[in-house]
Amino acid sequence: MSVRLIRRKIVNAVMLALTGLCTLITASTLLVILGYLVFNGASSIDWNFFTRLPLSPGETGGGMANAIVGSFQILFLAAALGIPLGVAAGIYLAEFSPNSVFSFFVRYTADLLNGVPSIVVGIVAWSVVVVPMKRFSALSGGLALAMMLIPITVRTTEQFLKDVPVSMREGALALGASRWRAVATVVVPAASAGILTGVILGVARIAGETAPLLFTALNNQFWAKGWREPIASLPVMIYTHAISPYEDWHRQAWAAGLVLLALVLFANIAARFILSRGTHAQRG
Amino acid sequence: MSAAPESRVRSAIPAQTLPQAVDGGQADSRPIKLKATGIDFFYGAFQALHDVSIDFFENRITALIGPSGCGKSTFIRNLNRINETIRGARCEGEILLDGENIRDIDVTQLRRRVGMVFQRPNPFPKSIFDNVAYGVKVNGLARGKRAIEEKVENSLRRAALWDEVNDKLHKSAYALSGGQQQRLCIARALAVDPHVLLLDEPCSALDPIATGKIEDLLFTLKDQCTMVIVTHNMQQAARVSDYTGFFLLGKLIEFNKTGVIFRTPAQKETEDYITGRFG
Ligand SMILES: Nc1ncnc2c1ncn2[C@@H]1O[C@H](COP(=O)(O)OP(=O)(O)OP(=O)(O)O)[C@@H](O)[C@H]1O
Ligand SMILES: [Mg+2]
Repeated sequence: MSVRLIRRKIVNAVMLALTGLCTLITASTLLVILGYLVFNGASSIDWNFFTRLPLSPGETGGGMANAIVGSFQILFLAAALGIPLGVAAGIYLAEFSPNSVFSFFVRYTADLLNGVPSIVVGIVAWSVVVVPMKRFSALSGGLALAMMLIPITVRTTEQFLKDVPVSMREGALALGASRWRAVATVVVPAASAGILTGVILGVARIAGETAPLLFTALNNQFWAKGWREPIASLPVMIYTHAISPYEDWHRQAWAAGLVLLALVLFANIAARFILSRGTHAQRG
Repeated sequence: MSAAPESRVRSAIPAQTLPQAVDGGQADSRPIKLKATGIDFFYGAFQALHDVSIDFFENRITALIGPSGCGKSTFIRNLNRINETIRGARCEGEILLDGENIRDIDVTQLRRRVGMVFQRPNPFPKSIFDNVAYGVKVNGLARGKRAIEEKVENSLRRAALWDEVNDKLHKSAYALSGGQQQRLCIARALAVDPHVLLLDEPCSALDPIATGKIEDLLFTLKDQCTMVIVTHNMQQAARVSDYTGFFLLGKLIEFNKTGVIFRTPAQKETEDYITGRFG
């Protein structure tokens, strides 16, 4: 064996070992976080957590029922605003004007928006909704999260539509369908599993966002009486409880973390399931 | 190849078998259904068709043959204006359907009248039933569940697929074999009762039995529609078509009655191609 060859073999082995090590570190970090959360959270979770309101500091035994419901309310609002807008824009970009200057601009903006720190999104929502309304509200929180959901939805929708083969569009057009009809009845359904997956993952991503809610939805120790009231959410609850000096609140923060994680995990599994079923049907 | 052997081949064709001698060169008794004149087609800067003119006679089958990449698909894709969807593509020249310029016909109307079966099967990711019903619904050709079901069954029967799928109409079209998918696409095209049917190598994915079924289908369809079929199969072109056009490098080299093309082609390139001597 030549020296060259030996050197190549050694380099190969070293690189392989290095990347393997990095993978191991990554995986174990993840496992540590998960383990810690499960360990601390599971011991803190009880029936009260899901059914009762938070108690005042010092008292033990409260729950976060309002924050769980509140999180769903805010997410519902964000989804109701963000998904239709994002999907429609994605359809426009992919199907109706893929190469115009306008589309280029929209795509670029969406990518920029995707990278904007969530706290900045929070400030914007605060200044355009909270300040004029002179109140913190569920509405402003939903809006802030919608702002984060839209660019994700736009881009995933566009991507999955682009993956639909041209022959599918041609097939529909050749049968006398208008462009809009072809998109609505063939192209979008063909991409629906992908789009749905993207949307679920997007919602799962914003579900854990705290910063945009801190000065929009704020927080609430009680049930919110309407969309115009401040509302509790799991991420903000975790934040306020974790930085408090009370032992029992720390316990609750862990429990809330675990619940949030479970929700996100569930959404991810659902998304994967939908996507794999969708592609199975296509492969036939 | 030098000039000498070329001229020898040409002179080897006996004078009495020239086109006029065999088929009399008479015009067809049928009216011209579709008339393409001076078609130049460009994919961006690349010119794929050069001055192609063909008359398609009503209720006749016209076969287009020629080596891969010579522009057969490109040509027929102009006849239903589906090439317009390709970015940067440009078509010059005139195409008349029943004497009317196809650019003046609403494009959805045109495509209902001029159906197309693509080179590669392209069923929608829907059920078999919904695939066939698609054009019927889009064009509002049948009202009510019963009427649509009848159309679907009828079209599947015409495409020789009914017996194989009637027990799984609501299964995904992707569960069918390639050949079955192609027949499904034919059924889908037939369901809207097109006046002209463009078939781009409809049998390339089919076994001989299914091919035979499709060819039978073409014969039975003849009195209902005008057909243009692209094929690489010489025997098929000779069997099914009334007219044949031979393309080479984006040009229509020769067009005539099928018998003439296959027995006594006027051009040497045509003869080389149909006798398999082509490169
Ligand atoms: N979308 C396209 N963009 C650019 N060039 C194209 C496109 N489609 C086809 N061409 C080119 O145009 C020419 C004609 O192609 P076409 O598909 O019409 O050939 P064909 O005769 O149908 O061949 P085949 O028998 O292989 O199907 C080829 O040189 C091809 O590379
Ligand atoms: Mg072709």
